[in-house]
Amino acid sequence: MSGIKEKEQEIIEEFEIFDDWMDKYNYIIELGKSVPEINPEYKQEKYLIRGCQAQVWLHADYKEGKVIYTADSDALITKGIIALLIKVLSGQPPQEIIDADMAFIDQIGLREHLSQTRSNGLLNMIKQMKLYALAFQKSMPQNNNQ
Amino acid sequence: MAVKEDILRKQFPILGLTVNKRPLVYFDNAATTQKPVAVIDRLRHYYESENSNIHRGAHYLSQLATEAYEQARENIRKFINAGQNHEVIFTRGTTESINLVAYAFSKKFLNPGDEVLISEMEHHSNIVPWQIACENHQAHLKIIPMNEKGELRMDQYRKLLSEKTKLVAVTHVSNSLGTINPVKEIIQLAHQNNTAVLVDGAQAAPHIPIDVKALDCDFYCFSGHKMYGPMGVGVLFGKEKWLEQMPPYQSGGEMIKEVSFKKTTYNELPFKFEAGTPNVADVLGMEKAIQFILEVGHKAIARHENDLLQYAINRLSELENIRFIGTAEQRTSVVSFLFNDIHPYDTGTILDKLGIAVRTGHHCAQPVMDHFQIPGTVRISFALYNTKEEIDVLVKALAKVREMFG
Ligand SMILES: Cc1ncc(COP(=O)(O)O)c(C=O)c1O
Repeated sequence: MSGIKEKEQEIIEEFEIFDDWMDKYNYIIELGKSVPEINPEYKQEKYLIRGCQAQVWLHADYKEGKVIYTADSDALITKGIIALLIKVLSGQPPQEIIDADMAFIDQIGLREHLSQTRSNGLLNMIKQMKLYALAFQKSMPQNNNQ
Repeated sequence: MAVKEDILRKQFPILGLTVNKRPLVYFDNAATTQKPVAVIDRLRHYYESENSNIHRGAHYLSQLATEAYEQARENIRKFINAGQNHEVIFTRGTTESINLVAYAFSKKFLNPGDEVLISEMEHHSNIVPWQIACENHQAHLKIIPMNEKGELRMDQYRKLLSEKTKLVAVTHVSNSLGTINPVKEIIQLAHQNNTAVLVDGAQAAPHIPIDVKALDCDFYCFSGHKMYGPMGVGVLFGKEKWLEQMPPYQSGGEMIKEVSFKKTTYNELPFKFEAGTPNVADVLGMEKAIQFILEVGHKAIARHENDLLQYAINRLSELENIRFIGTAEQRTSVVSFLFNDIHPYDTGTILDKLGIAVRTGHHCAQPVMDHFQIPGTVRISFALYNTKEEIDVLVKALAKVREMFG
């Protein structure tokens, strides 16, 4: 099992204990509150992923063959979901990030937040996370096998 | 006829739905209204027993469909009190109506250095077509500002009107604020200045009577789907004197008189602006929707919707940290708000979970959000079938939101 799948599995199990949506959302809101905020210097236009409804800021670093993400949003539910995405993808090698299907989102019943109509920046955020991974992989091929 | 909620609601099958295990509360009527059985049946009837291409075949069905279509034009003309049937052009909706004018009026009348005036509270569909038209004709777009209540600043409007102003395009009712603009006064002032006026009536048509003669507007646009009719159909009213002079917007069948490879002559109004096979079924559905509105009655609709508006404002005011966006003296059927400490997206997500359909975001009116320096609002918008009980459900749900995020 890849590192990403392992993390996904952890989250799926975490979510299994919630038997109603209210508990689930309370948990996501708590996660949103606890996300380490993005370094203020990255909270600017350049790192902004515009959604029609909520905004997302995303920053990525490349360290020892792993991509490290930090992110933030002005909406708390979005931020909570960001926390989940970061938990799964941050600290993983580029190729695994590029290949990730993020199926866990569906399994924990949050797919609606990734739909086009929500336009909350999350869908574009995932795209952008993968683009960063691709860019790091291309620019530093020597790190590929670490 | 008064609005008898229980009888009225039964005419809208979708209102019986359960969403997330709760009875649907539909407060997103400014985006699109639900459809009464009469409209749905009309569409079915057309396809079951009238469908045929119009203005073409000499056969029985074609004649039937053509007559129904032209009768609808007549009834819609009456509904907006236009002078002549051929001043009623069928389009895909408000967006296409505005685009038609922005293209064809500008092509004929907009010259380099001219100005087009729109307002700060326009829907994007009454902004972008004018930006493009101005770009194409080296003209300039000027903006009528609004005040903190979300009302147009008429003093500024007066100052902006000049001999360069070729056209004013302004919304009758704001979709994000609910403001009813003084369009009659706007038109009078423009006409004193020899300026034509287009009124975006998308949000007015379902709520207030439209009288293009009394308004004396040059163009009036609205969409069927926002007034209990089908999607994909709408109206452009234009004064004959403009429509006659404007070049066609799209070309093809129906809009021509004679075609040879050397020269084509255009058909007369309204067909000059209705290229291709029209959306007959939905025009008939829209006609039915209008009949429905007239049967309930504008007075009864206004009374009921104003009751709801007042009740909603009163009840919502009980909530902590709420901020209303748009507090115009003259307004209808829309309440836009946000909690100072909770993002509108978060509010909207929880309301959805509780079976309540509202719109969150910028409502295709980003300049309005910029004006108030907010990321968006939660917008509830009423139709004639909404009830005070539904507002109570909303207020309870919002209290829950406050509990979760507060
Ligand atoms: C004020 C206003 N103008 C124009 C439109 C565009 O209408 P349509 O999408 O039906 O073309 C809308 C729809 O939201 C509106 O509210």
